[in-house]
Amino acid sequence: MSRFLEEPLLFEKDRPGRVGVCLCTKDVPTADAEAHLGPLARKDLPARLPELSEVDVVRHFTRLSLMNYAVDYGLYPLGSCTMKYNPKVNEDVARLEGLANLHPLQDDRDAQGALEILWALQRALCAVSGMDACSLQPAAGAQGEFTGVQLIRAYHEDRGDRREVMLIPDSAHGTNPASSHMAGYRVEEIRSGADGCVDVEALRARMKPDVAGIMLTVPNTLGIFERNIREICEVVHAAGGQVYVDGANLNALLGITRPGDWGADVMHINLHKTFSTPHGGGGPGAGPVVCKAHLEPFLPRPVLTKEDGAFRWDHHRPKSIGKVHAFHGNFLVLVRALAYLETMGGEGLKAASQMAVLNANYLRARLRDHLALGFDGPTLHEVVFCDKGLPNGVTTLDLAKRLIDYGFHPPTVYFPLIVHGAIMVEPTETEPREELDRFVEAVKAILGEAASDPEKVKGAPHEAFRRRLDEVSAARNPVLTWTPR
Amino acid sequence: MRYLPQSPEEIRAMLDLLGLSRLEDLFASVPEEVRLKAPLDLPAAVPECDLLERFIGRSSRNRSLTCRPSFLGAGAYPHFVPSVVNHVLLRSEFYTAYTPYQPELAQGTLQAIFEFQTMMADLAGTDVCNASLYDGASAAAEAALLAVRVKKGRKVLVARSLHPAYREVVRTYLGRLDLEVEELPFGPDGRLDLAALRERSASGAAAVLLGQPNFFGVVEDVGAVASALPQGPERPLLAAVVTEALALALLEPPGRQGADVVCGEARSFGLPLGYGGPNLGFLAASKAYVRQMPGRLAGETKDRLGRRGFVLTLTTREQHIRREKATSNICTNQGLCMLAAVVYLALMGRKNLRELALRNLSKAEYLKARLREKGIEPLFSAPTFNEFAVSLRGTPKEASEALRKAQMVGGFDLSSPYPEFPRGYLLCATEQTPREAMDRAAEILGGLP
Amino acid sequence: MNIPGDLKYTRTHEWIRVTGSEGVVGITDFAQSELGDIVFVEAPQAGTAVSAGSPMGNVESVKAVSEVMSPVTGTVTAANEALQDHPELLNQDPYGQGWIVKVALSAPGELDALMDAEAYGRYVAESGH
Repeated sequence: MSRFLEEPLLFEKDRPGRVGVCLCTKDVPTADAEAHLGPLARKDLPARLPELSEVDVVRHFTRLSLMNYAVDYGLYPLGSCTMKYNPKVNEDVARLEGLANLHPLQDDRDAQGALEILWALQRALCAVSGMDACSLQPAAGAQGEFTGVQLIRAYHEDRGDRREVMLIPDSAHGTNPASSHMAGYRVEEIRSGADGCVDVEALRARMKPDVAGIMLTVPNTLGIFERNIREICEVVHAAGGQVYVDGANLNALLGITRPGDWGADVMHINLHKTFSTPHGGGGPGAGPVVCKAHLEPFLPRPVLTKEDGAFRWDHHRPKSIGKVHAFHGNFLVLVRALAYLETMGGEGLKAASQMAVLNANYLRARLRDHLALGFDGPTLHEVVFCDKGLPNGVTTLDLAKRLIDYGFHPPTVYFPLIVHGAIMVEPTETEPREELDRFVEAVKAILGEAASDPEKVKGAPHEAFRRRLDEVSAARNPVLTWTPR
Repeated sequence: MRYLPQSPEEIRAMLDLLGLSRLEDLFASVPEEVRLKAPLDLPAAVPECDLLERFIGRSSRNRSLTCRPSFLGAGAYPHFVPSVVNHVLLRSEFYTAYTPYQPELAQGTLQAIFEFQTMMADLAGTDVCNASLYDGASAAAEAALLAVRVKKGRKVLVARSLHPAYREVVRTYLGRLDLEVEELPFGPDGRLDLAALRERSASGAAAVLLGQPNFFGVVEDVGAVASALPQGPERPLLAAVVTEALALALLEPPGRQGADVVCGEARSFGLPLGYGGPNLGFLAASKAYVRQMPGRLAGETKDRLGRRGFVLTLTTREQHIRREKATSNICTNQGLCMLAAVVYLALMGRKNLRELALRNLSKAEYLKARLREKGIEPLFSAPTFNEFAVSLRGTPKEASEALRKAQMVGGFDLSSPYPEFPRGYLLCATEQTPREAMDRAAEILGGLP
Repeated sequence: MNIPGDLKYTRTHEWIRVTGSEGVVGITDFAQSELGDIVFVEAPQAGTAVSAGSPMGNVESVKAVSEVMSPVTGTVTAANEALQDHPELLNQDPYGQGWIVKVALSAPGELDALMDAEAYGRYVAESGH
């Protein structure tokens, strides 16, 4: 028997008359919807809401869950995603009634505990990044980027300085150009040098008065630390530009070095990467923005203040870029991040970064005789291999899919774009050594198969709930909702 | 540190393999001049038992809605969440998984997204719905950006009766793109002023953003709004922005009444208030706009053996492929929040969701009637759902203070976003608002000087 | 690789077949094979003005988007509607049923700047493919 059960869609399990929930006791007379709403009342029942019992629903989602891979099952080495362990106590903390059942527009006097949490988190994120001010409003990394770039734009405009171009290295994540574009900037790509770092002289030459700033991911998506980072900041500042640091890879740097000390002006931090909040199958994340004092007046409204021991939201922020979220950001995600920060403490965070870098370099050392490196220089928390030397037409994708049969989630593949057939591995600090060894052995075994039995690799996965899925017909004829056959 | 598995011996062995003597040597590529010389300025690590105690303390310094009747809505509506929802969310196969890029290992998440898309499209009355966005406010902004891509116009018309925070987020998103954001007034009945709409949409607007129900809880006649727009290629895209998704179970779906986009906030479907987040934005639209939609989409397909499966599809819209030309910079959705909504809607089913919506309407109508008996009249004449605006006898501040003294949470003070209503007060009643509390609140508000 | 002798080619891998003052435009066999399975084609409508070397549409595979540049300046007279439902025609028959638009040429002299089949074949070979 397969360990997977086929599970129909909810709509196919629909049994009219079944009940999954009992509504609360009625204590007022029932209104007449037709009388109140007239022709605006919905005449039919929503056909696509099935009628199921509580047991049906629980079984359905339990069966779906078994089709997923998860960090709690094993190594999830997605490069640039920082799939670290999600501590269980944080889930309990985020479910405390006083936090979970608090309305966002309640009187500040009635939300002092929540505001204390936000205040402590802001302070901690400033301490970790070497920055002066923080906004917790952005709901995800990409929204943090957008907010940070808006701060840069507002800063220049406040000084009457119209600038139009944002510089972004070719190794950057796609959200960087997309966020800059949404903030109204023209994006110009800068090429990486042979060492995978920014070419400082080329940057110096490009730093004309039309350049608003530069967006850098440090360490970059190759896992390489920008060794000239301080000089880069100086060059950009000398020409009136601002330096944005994408904090996607901050997990390599905690307690080691701080963007604020390099000269960076603003950065966002992905709490769902570095600070252990769950990825949740694609969110909710949180992307707080930290910045230097000169950008603080432009932060999203409202801003948290503390007077005489009491916290208060300050809405009067005339230079603010405005709100980016209806309320205060993904509060319950922020709660989890603070629980992690307080559990780890400063020393613990530094140890986490050290172990993240140790694990990545251990994998690199053990695999480099088997897989070609994308770049040869020293790397930190992640390592990028390329498809050079894969035998018999076996591709990066084939290797990735075959790893599934060995019980692993594949690494990030085909990113960064500057490495051919990139295989980007980030183990994180929470992986035990034997899990890393098991991964190494799996890769070696697959490379052996690629030489002796390539069709087996090209046909992978064989052991998953599904074989390779036809993405071409999904895109040619999109079926995005269920309809009865 | 309990989250870091390697023992000192293992660390030693791993460093040996790398030919390094100390952990610090791993960071040789970080220039000395930027190395941090002092420890991070953070409090010392806290053990689990103390951590829990600390957070319980913080939690108890809030006066949450638990055991405290509330009349506060204004974009965040308290609803009962069945236990099943939380238990499903706590399955670590869901919450410790990543975005489903490897479909063979993520069919659970992908099937749930497909189910969500199907349910939400039905409630919205549209062809398709995306796999969620951050919140209702950014969903409204994304709808405006979608319209600008489709319609080429540079002007976006936003109803002044749309949630004030949503309007502000729309401005933040559009403000630096040389797009004009113009507000549309509401009439004395609380609904969009159709004459003003006709006049301002005649000169080439890309979009009209309309709350449904609007910020005053008023149910808009979306069909009448759609008919008032110029027709033909000049027609702006009409987006109905929902702040209370439960209303969709009782109202004619906006997509069937002529809205091209139905977007907004679905936090009411199975998520806690959480001081305003995480929320569940969504954007549903007619099929014609699917390639211009922001956010993730799951589509049905087959695997090599012909078995049904699901994948993320139409990904060329997205930032990782189109980069600066992407439909949006959004990279994830609100995956786990979306899952909560699917579980919630599966438990409710078509009949109970409608019944719940009806009970919300009934509660609000009860409160409205009690207040009327005390001489407190609604500000607007148009029908409402579970929230409505009144004109108080005292000031909104006095009202909230009096209710707070009585261990209740008052409504929303309308006087700040709408200075023309110095006594305007927005009150919400859901299935969570006990009759007895409504009676008491009516007494208190009726007794204000 | 198929490079018909009677067409003109661009460095961005489009082809044009000119009859009188009208040209039929598509992407080359090389371009379609590099892109892989094409899932969507976005072409300009009839009446759209296009100019030589400027983007006029997109072709999409599952994981890539490629701009289609107009080889010439002129006005689109027709777009291949069959591609809306059958983008795979671009893979199956890039020089025939997979044509993308027809353009009324306003500057036929521009054709002289395009490559003939032989030059295009060399160009593809030299660019390392």
